[in-house]
Amino acid sequence: MYPMPNDRGRFGMYGGRYVPETLIPALDELTSAYQEARQDPTFNEHVTRVLQEYVGRPSRLSYAENLTRAYGGAHIWLKREDLNHTGAHKINNTVGQVLLAKRMGKTRIIAETGAGQHGVATATAAAMFGLPCVVYMGEEDVRRQALNVFRMRLLGAEVIPVTSGTRTLKDATNEAIRDWVTNVRDTFYVIGSVVGPHPYPMMVRDFQSVIGEETISQFQERTGREMPDAVVACVGGGSNAIGIFAPFAYLDPAKRPRLIGVEAAGHGVETGSHAASISAGKRGVLHGAMMYLMSSNDGQITPAHSVSAGLDYPGVGPEHSYYADEGMAEYVGVDDAEALRAFQHVAEVEGIIPALETSHAFAYVQHLAPELGPDAHIVINLSGRGDKDVNEAMRVLERVGEVSS
Amino acid sequence: MTAGRLRGAFEAAASDGRSAFVPYMTAGFPDRRAFMRNAKTLLEAADVLEVGLPFSDPLGDGPTIQRSSETALASGVTTQDVLDMVRDLTAETSTPVVIMSYYNPIYCYEDGGEAGFVQAAKAAGAAGLILPDLPPDEGDTLIQAARDVDLDTVFLVAPTSTEERLKRVTDACRGFIYAVSVTGVTGARDALPADVPDLVRRVKAVSDLPVAVGFGVSGAATAKPVADVADGVVVGSAIVKTAGDGGDVAALAHEIRSACVRDA
Repeated sequence: MYPMPNDRGRFGMYGGRYVPETLIPALDELTSAYQEARQDPTFNEHVTRVLQEYVGRPSRLSYAENLTRAYGGAHIWLKREDLNHTGAHKINNTVGQVLLAKRMGKTRIIAETGAGQHGVATATAAAMFGLPCVVYMGEEDVRRQALNVFRMRLLGAEVIPVTSGTRTLKDATNEAIRDWVTNVRDTFYVIGSVVGPHPYPMMVRDFQSVIGEETISQFQERTGREMPDAVVACVGGGSNAIGIFAPFAYLDPAKRPRLIGVEAAGHGVETGSHAASISAGKRGVLHGAMMYLMSSNDGQITPAHSVSAGLDYPGVGPEHSYYADEGMAEYVGVDDAEALRAFQHVAEVEGIIPALETSHAFAYVQHLAPELGPDAHIVINLSGRGDKDVNEAMRVLERVGEVSS
Repeated sequence: MTAGRLRGAFEAAASDGRSAFVPYMTAGFPDRRAFMRNAKTLLEAADVLEVGLPFSDPLGDGPTIQRSSETALASGVTTQDVLDMVRDLTAETSTPVVIMSYYNPIYCYEDGGEAGFVQAAKAAGAAGLILPDLPPDEGDTLIQAARDVDLDTVFLVAPTSTEERLKRVTDACRGFIYAVSVTGVTGARDALPADVPDLVRRVKAVSDLPVAVGFGVSGAATAKPVADVADGVVVGSAIVKTAGDGGDVAALAHEIRSACVRDA
């Protein structure tokens, strides 16, 4: 369907399979099972039916009249992944992977989670399709995202706090991989972003591409234009961004809109305390794939920082790394303070509380919209709703004195 | 001339009626001085010494080696420090020392990436590299760089490896083959799976290199059955734990080495 990756799981030089040998046969099995499933109309129809009946797809493409006025430039369109069941784009992928797990006869589901949205989406799909589910979550994120921890437990999942390393998504992913190495014969590892060894970046991209495919047809129907001028999404590992970018990325460059990925600049890229792997990182290998990542001169992975747990990851998917090198997409940074201001602003102006992750994309579009001017159309992937973030946002905003209690 | 030193060490142990004893230590753990002291103690009993380059994200390791890596890194151990420690050890012994490293510190090595790292490891006197997260499929350039300086490359085979994979992986190995005893991460275990002899047999069917079995060996009781079927016994977490607790590394090494003696 897309020209990348190649048969060795590479997007240009990125991707591949840098994992213990124990997992190689499992990755081979997964790759062939996935390819067979994708060629089976029954499987694809099943995924589509669940996305319609259960997730609520297609998600709306909403015209944001108030934000268009407030930003004073381009027309702003919002791809409403926040309206999906469970409140974010993550469910598009977990439905696909859990159905694949069932098809492969696997009897146990594991996942890693950062903000908790992927954990909730995996626990949801596992509950729906009757498989036991274990979710690894960094202890620091367990604290930041207590509401999602409770949701996962309500859904019958076991949440295991991870206390190694930085106690965030990076270490939760290590722990999930260790579980998979140990229980590889009966366990299916549902990865939540476009990271990990091949075939995961491809598979997650394919399941998330429904976002971009719907966007193209909805945009054409609503505006009579062929393409928006820019498509903007936040990027941590990069699954929501790949989901909306991929259907545009391989088009003829003359036809392709600007694709802009907004990374978390944390306390500022110059401070070193950020999660901007493409803007300020270098090439390396993390969690089984070659990608841009944040590491020391010695190749030790350095801790990421972002106010949003979902972007707090020191690497970025191999396909984004490839887009960046090839100029197929642009990557920019927005810091914690700008993201928090956008979080409040979008809530006040548009009546939508966006996820802190997505708030990074809004903050960037606030500058981009006047620059592109009133004839232009910008689509923002509203990857998730911000209900999960209200406690953390309240804590941070109170500290900086921007809201009164 | 160092060619064949690793293989030679296994052959020497075999002619001595033993399975080779291959202890592992995380470089710089629990601190540099204690590491050097313990490593020298181990070299007295070891046929091959495995020195781990600590990494921030050791996804093939269980809690003991994870924590040892965190401790070493927190105390400021760098890649250069590890190479210096290896050089100091190899200066005093003829027992071969191999470096175990995850791929990213090798790929990111400041002075020339993987080719630079391979040269530096060779210059430090290492006999080979053990590569726990680099399947040979992704290792073309590293393997070539290692061949160029005559540094052995040791890849891992696993109980899940198919015949095709065993062939692919062992073809890329030089020195010896590292067979993982369990589907899982490193860590001391009370008993090993019953299919270890079968795995060793399957590996030997496709390669004539020595086969060392690692993961899970914790003492004489677990070492003995491995020694009966494999050319070498790798012991990591049990030694790291003993070193971390300030325990008697020499006694543990002696116990395991004794268990590596084959019944006549």
